[in-house]
Amino acid sequence: MTQLILFNVTNGLIIGAFYVLMALGLSLILNLSNVINFAHGGFLVIGGYIAYTLTPYVGFWGALLIAPPLTAAIGLVVERLLIRPLYGRDPLYSLLLTFGLAFIIEDGTRFIWGAQGKPVTIPAFLAQPLSYEFFFITGYRLFMVVVVLFAIALLFLLLRYTRLGIRIRAGTLDLETVSALGVNVRTLRSLNFAVGIFLAGLSGVLAAGQLGLEPTMGAGVLMPSFIAIIVGGVGSLTGTLLGGLLIGVASGLAAVFLPAASEAIMYVLMAVVLLIRPRGLLGEEGMMT
Amino acid sequence: MVTHSFSRKMNRRTVLKTAAAAGALQVASPFIVKALGEAPIKVGMIDPLTGVYAAYAQNEVTGARLAIEQINVRGGILGRLIELLVEDSANDVGTGVQKARKLIERDNIQFLIGDVNSAIALAIGQVSNEKGILHIVSGGHTDGVTGKDCHWNVYRVCNTTSMEANAVAEQLFTKYGKKWHFITPDYAFGHTLQAAALKDLQKFGGTMTGNELTPLGTTDYSAYLIKARAANPDVLLVLPQGGDMINCMKQIAQFGINKQIQVAGLQQELESLEAMPPEARVGTWMFEWYWKQPGVPHVEKFVADIRKMNGSKVPTARHWFGYASMMTYALVANSEKTLDSVKLARALGGFELPPEVKLQPNKCYYRAGDHQLMTSSFVGQAQSVGKDDFEDLFQVDTVIPGDKTSPPESETGCTLQWPA
Amino acid sequence: MSGEQTRKLIALAFIWVLLLLAPYWMAPLGGYTALGTRVLVLGLAAMSVNFLLGFTGVLSFGHAAWFGLGAYGCGLILKFIAPSTPLGLLAGTMLGGVMGGLLGALIVRRRGVYFAMVTIAFGQVFYYIAFQWSSLTGGDDGLRPFSRQPLHLGFTTIDILNDSIAFYYFVLLCFALAVSLMGFILRSPFGRTMLAIRENERRARFLGIPVERHIWIAFTLSCFFMGLAGALYALVNNFADPRGLHYSQSGDFVMMAVMGGMRSFWGPLLGAAVFVILQDYLSSITINWMSFVGLLFVLVVLFFPRGLLGAIRRKSEA
Repeated sequence: MTQLILFNVTNGLIIGAFYVLMALGLSLILNLSNVINFAHGGFLVIGGYIAYTLTPYVGFWGALLIAPPLTAAIGLVVERLLIRPLYGRDPLYSLLLTFGLAFIIEDGTRFIWGAQGKPVTIPAFLAQPLSYEFFFITGYRLFMVVVVLFAIALLFLLLRYTRLGIRIRAGTLDLETVSALGVNVRTLRSLNFAVGIFLAGLSGVLAAGQLGLEPTMGAGVLMPSFIAIIVGGVGSLTGTLLGGLLIGVASGLAAVFLPAASEAIMYVLMAVVLLIRPRGLLGEEGMMT
Repeated sequence: MVTHSFSRKMNRRTVLKTAAAAGALQVASPFIVKALGEAPIKVGMIDPLTGVYAAYAQNEVTGARLAIEQINVRGGILGRLIELLVEDSANDVGTGVQKARKLIERDNIQFLIGDVNSAIALAIGQVSNEKGILHIVSGGHTDGVTGKDCHWNVYRVCNTTSMEANAVAEQLFTKYGKKWHFITPDYAFGHTLQAAALKDLQKFGGTMTGNELTPLGTTDYSAYLIKARAANPDVLLVLPQGGDMINCMKQIAQFGINKQIQVAGLQQELESLEAMPPEARVGTWMFEWYWKQPGVPHVEKFVADIRKMNGSKVPTARHWFGYASMMTYALVANSEKTLDSVKLARALGGFELPPEVKLQPNKCYYRAGDHQLMTSSFVGQAQSVGKDDFEDLFQVDTVIPGDKTSPPESETGCTLQWPA
Repeated sequence: MSGEQTRKLIALAFIWVLLLLAPYWMAPLGGYTALGTRVLVLGLAAMSVNFLLGFTGVLSFGHAAWFGLGAYGCGLILKFIAPSTPLGLLAGTMLGGVMGGLLGALIVRRRGVYFAMVTIAFGQVFYYIAFQWSSLTGGDDGLRPFSRQPLHLGFTTIDILNDSIAFYYFVLLCFALAVSLMGFILRSPFGRTMLAIRENERRARFLGIPVERHIWIAFTLSCFFMGLAGALYALVNNFADPRGLHYSQSGDFVMMAVMGGMRSFWGPLLGAAVFVILQDYLSSITINWMSFVGLLFVLVVLFFPRGLLGAIRRKSEA
């Protein structure tokens, strides 16, 4: 029994790592710009399909390097054209817009690549388990965790030590003052959005190796990201990180004792957090401090 | 001879254009009809063309279109051409019901095909029954359609879960072992699949080592696979369908589980195998129809015809479902010389499909007691790539006739109530 | 009567005449009665969302939860308890309203984006429960079979099951009752207070208005209306399924309200009509209808945030 629990907790952390990657991107965009990006799942799908299209030419590794920035570039265009006009307005509008955007992305990918799922192959040496005992830790899943850790580290460095990062952090706390200090808030928001979408695109490439790649796959990942943010606390990236890991582990543990509840446990967790500590675990605190 | 604007090469993208053309045809049809002097017979098809089942649904529509092409070339039904009205149910029951009403009340269809989604199939079956329209469920598998929810006007082409289980169970038990572990998608269809397989297992004297209920849309199966491995079964039955199946199989291959336990399942489809990377194409399954049937008459021609409409890809069982459903209507209407739904429904009981429609070696007919098509099950092994054809992803071992896999009519729970 | 009031009365009369005669002018235009019934039901839902959104300024993006609960409440009664349409309607309305009221109490302290996120999450909880509790709700297959029962009025029986025109008028009656009640509330002092809160919450608070309590009451009232709409929807389909609880359904309702015009009373009905008819029409002629609907969302948000009625009003004022 202890072995089963240990396995599942480890497994939960691996799953949680993936949720963290998605949720961080969503959180970044939410914190600075007050935009709930319903199309985040859609950008994941775009990232995955771009990787699929590039793989025959640049291989898996090339696709991993090129697809996220490409997706971020698309995100930049979207932000400039569609979301920027909405910043002064009620958050309702950006919500509706990204909602409609998600429709367009799903249909667009179906139109371009077809409704049938696409087989994505990962390098053979990754596609095998670490050992007979720990068969569920495959090279690929370990690789995913490494990539996520790497991305988190990069994000941390970006936010801590670069000018852009400092401005994003400041902007989350008080955008008016940041603007008064002479920072171009519009560019700041665009770049922030691009970073968030970069993370979504990266999630998409990773997901494509693990899951079937098809136009509707984005919707399923959106809700866990939301919950991770609510549980961790809106406004705090560290909270989001914790939230993602927490729901991953909870899901893994639930699978041991009550498999049917492995998805429900996320919602239960959220409900408990909202009742006991409505602002989330680390809500409204600092960022990655 | 009448030339048709829609008998030209179709690839994946022109399915869309054809849909638009079909819409244009609705507007243009008065003019075409004037040229022929006879109103066309309208046939409705409701399928989830968008959403998670889009690939399967679109293939069913393509199959139906081929049938209509062929029927119209031979003079249509009772001298009248057929016009196909396709509606997207968007995988939503409310939309499906609304479209059913629209097709029946506004467009006056004579015949209905659909839906791939079992819940929608049942719901529109209620509407077609209310309005007395002959209805063939092409691709919805839930037992109720020809079981406790059967109607006099509803027939079904694809298999029931019992038929699928009965087809594979014996081979699994005799060849691989008596301890089975299940991964079951946690919804009604999944439960019936598992119950049917379990029934067979117990009949043979085997044991179930566990049943992992996985929520629909589960992306990570690792937790369930951990438990399955720990239970040490002989056979692992993978019952999720569609995208869930693809995810599960990918992970099974990555974990190397298929090297230690025999992977198997009930229903498998070519669309799913094509969406998996080659190393995930493993296991023992049943197909409801397969394209590579050397020596069986007419199959090669069907494959060639579908390739022209399908971007040069081979047909799947879904193409055949759409094709057979549409051909059934044309055949029975032409033979009974009427369009009256009640008469046709009665005539379909016991109706046998001719070789150029059944496209399989065994006898294929609609059972009168429950309106289920006794279609064969193709049992075999998935393979990563065919020896001669890169599209040959399934090695057929045996083809079992439908009336051998199907439980007797008395056990289906279907009681038909005919109109007075 | 002033010119303004006369104009309003004429507009109102026009709307009701349109609605009353719908089965007759729809058919020649290529419509069908069931479409009109659907517009009414979804329009009521959009107006209920707007009751909260447009008139109180509170963004609830998970309102479909109460809609879906209404549908299930009605269906469960018809399937398990009694073949009575009025009882089903009552049960659905109550279920949506009471659950909304209970959960609303938990979240009224939140605002803005956070409130929206929480309502979305709550909606998904109900979606998930409906999905998983398949022994009661039928899960993914939906709650079936049940069907709307003919109304026995003592002196006559109205067959709303088979007669789509009779059913349309039944739904119109329910719609009229609900909408009149809604209008009455909005014109009352309570309604005025809601507007005040929408315009400037801080000032309302300074004026001594118990803002949270008002928001909670408005929230609960809108949930009751949503429950009724959901119950009617179950009658339309003879079916209840989890999708009615999903956040994408909520998104549709909000879109209808915005598209028609959030600041107006009848706007959402117009938005619902346009949305339903457009989707019905588009999905028949192209499988890429989703792109068009998504594009519509985007265009409305960017260029017509005040909705159709807002645009018309501005033209008439110019």
